[in-house]
Amino acid sequence: MTAIAIKGGHLIDPAAGVDGHYDILLRDGRVAEVAAPGKLKLAEGAEVLDAKGLMVAPGLIDIHVHLREPGQTYKETIATGTAAAAAGGFTAVAAMPNTIPVNDSPEITRWMQAPERGASVRVFPIGAATRGSKGEAINDYAALKAAGAVAVTDDGHPILKDSVMREVLTAASRAGLSVIQHAEDTRMTQGASMNLGPVSFRLGLRGMPNEAESSLVERDIRLLTELRDSHAHLHVAHTSTAAALAAVRQARRNGLRVTCEVAPHHFLLTDEHVGLYNTNMKMNPPLRSALDRDAMIEGILDGVVDAIATDHAPHAQHEKEVEFEFAPNGITGLETALGLSLRWLHKEWKLPLGRVLSLLSAQPAALLGFKGRGTLTVGSFADVVVFDPKTEWTYRATESKSKAKNTPFDGWAMQGKVRWTISEGRVAYASSEGRVVFANPAQA
Amino acid sequence: MTTASPVRRNFSTPPAPASPFPYHPGSLLSVMDLSLDDIGRLLASATELESEDPLSRDRILAKRRMALLFYESSTRTRTSFELAAKSLGVDTTLVSNLSSSIEKGETLKDTGLTLRALGAEAIILRHSSSGGAWLLEESTGLPVINAGDGMHEHPTQALLDLRTLLAHLRPGIQSIGADTLAGVTVTIAGDILHSRVARSNLLLLPRLGARVLLCGPPKLLPEIAVHASQGIEIERNFEAALAQSQAVMMLRIQAERLAGLQLDLDEYKASYQLTGQRLAEFAPTALVMHPGPIIRGMEITAGVADGPQSVILEQVSHGFAIRMAVIERALLAKAGHA
Repeated sequence: MTAIAIKGGHLIDPAAGVDGHYDILLRDGRVAEVAAPGKLKLAEGAEVLDAKGLMVAPGLIDIHVHLREPGQTYKETIATGTAAAAAGGFTAVAAMPNTIPVNDSPEITRWMQAPERGASVRVFPIGAATRGSKGEAINDYAALKAAGAVAVTDDGHPILKDSVMREVLTAASRAGLSVIQHAEDTRMTQGASMNLGPVSFRLGLRGMPNEAESSLVERDIRLLTELRDSHAHLHVAHTSTAAALAAVRQARRNGLRVTCEVAPHHFLLTDEHVGLYNTNMKMNPPLRSALDRDAMIEGILDGVVDAIATDHAPHAQHEKEVEFEFAPNGITGLETALGLSLRWLHKEWKLPLGRVLSLLSAQPAALLGFKGRGTLTVGSFADVVVFDPKTEWTYRATESKSKAKNTPFDGWAMQGKVRWTISEGRVAYASSEGRVVFANPAQA
Repeated sequence: MTTASPVRRNFSTPPAPASPFPYHPGSLLSVMDLSLDDIGRLLASATELESEDPLSRDRILAKRRMALLFYESSTRTRTSFELAAKSLGVDTTLVSNLSSSIEKGETLKDTGLTLRALGAEAIILRHSSSGGAWLLEESTGLPVINAGDGMHEHPTQALLDLRTLLAHLRPGIQSIGADTLAGVTVTIAGDILHSRVARSNLLLLPRLGARVLLCGPPKLLPEIAVHASQGIEIERNFEAALAQSQAVMMLRIQAERLAGLQLDLDEYKASYQLTGQRLAEFAPTALVMHPGPIIRGMEITAGVADGPQSVILEQVSHGFAIRMAVIERALLAKAGHA
């Protein structure tokens, strides 16, 4: 395998406390050397990426994506979804199990990771918590884990029965897997297609109350308290309400292993953005009130939020060109997460760059136990994103690498442009400006 | 990482984008699409068209083509749109969700494109989903008249209600403005939550200076309704609301939209039914309005519906005039000059 030397850039590796000018050498899929500028010893014959003026950071990690394969390849495939991930600076994604069939078996888990899928970046399958995600019989977590699953969840079909959730937490803990819950008491959200509030009333749409999310988070935390000795890990997916975030905050103070993620749309948009039935503003959990949105920003700034995750949910154009209440939930997010996080969290709300990058790499890696990822210390996986932090650009959905174009951020200003994404030592994405020079002219 | 208590800050955040609707200046999707001047012009042209000789009126839009696309059953709205169009000479065709390819799964977008390809120059849409009219307008680029979308809006109903109110409370008025209905209180009572008539009226009437009281039980009238517009208040006591009102609009309980909501109908009637006794005691001169269909013995007694204060059938006649004006506007407006 070719070696790649990234020279002249500003290396920022929050987990390792590195923030300065360093060159870095990648060889055989790992980080081989980190050295002061011009001081790499082993770089002979390496492909050289000129990173002058650019930031070099651990590849981004998205622990919440829907790749739609197997079963719904007209929306997205593992190949197209991971191509979009690479374009967005991501080197690893955790794929939700709501495929067709549901990923509740070691066979599907392995199939998703097979080289034939053509993934550009590492795919970590998340297994279904229960058979067929029906919320009844729990799966064989040890077998799922052995096949490569990194967590279990029933995602869009939240586990409502206390007895089943208790069993899931206990069994997952025994197997050393995290439990991810899409917190929604679906008994409160029947027929609802957006946030419950003045906007849903005005639009004549049935609304989902905040309590549908927060009450289930509170229930899960109660179960976790009862199971304290099991040291189970509960991860709250796409947190969208102030009350749910407050419950997570309190549980952590009480010493429980509870983590949470927030999606860019939930720290940027509110239910007002639904406008006049824009189906690209429809997802679940829905865009909430400004009060909730502000609580998400606050939670990110003060550190209670552990990760930014996109909930990348591609859908075909025709599926979104229908009545709002019939449109499927979800928006794409892999290509816009970094640009929006830098534009808003960093530039506007002054979150230090290292903290932003940590929320997009080191913290999610730690959260799901991805060893050797989310950092660029020697010996780590050669997962790197090189980006220009200064460039402002406009996102165009039509240029997306994803099969789907269902983004609410079409035409939005982004900050920070990805130049190269390197996944386990291979260039998974290079922008048109990405120049490659060779140390050995014979290779040029 | 710290988990300090949150401190409220004022974050500068991305604003919601401006609405691109309506795409066509002839469309009427929401009462909010109309300026007060637009409303004044529609009312004036309704009066003009109404008084026109029917033998010459049908030359105004002779042989123009319009489709009525109805995804829900309707008597008043459909018939009055159809008669209004025909009285101006428009050729109409009716497509309903039953007995059409909609039953086979054809989408609203494709149905609209098909009607356009067949020569429809505008579409009048009654749809069971909120927002249907916006989807159709965006898909076809044609002028679309919203004849009721789900639980959202029914703009021509609000306009005909306004015309009814003006005929009684401001007879002979020549122009309208932000104070035309100053001093007038209108109660809208009943199933507000599921009512598109309520939404269009509560968005429209305060813009002309009226005070709107919403009245109903919490299950049918959530507190959040009060934020829907300026100039509206919630008064749960029906009799207190009646005592302040110059007009009362009664609404039917929309059984088809209750979605499992449990209501004690006897309790409902005891509190909110408009009876002869209530009317005589608390609002002996108020206009009694109802968009129809009325359910006699439920929200309103037969005696009140047929009584001297009832203007329910007048509303229907005003609907014919208003819809002629709205159809004329739709077919005479030029795209690209919005």
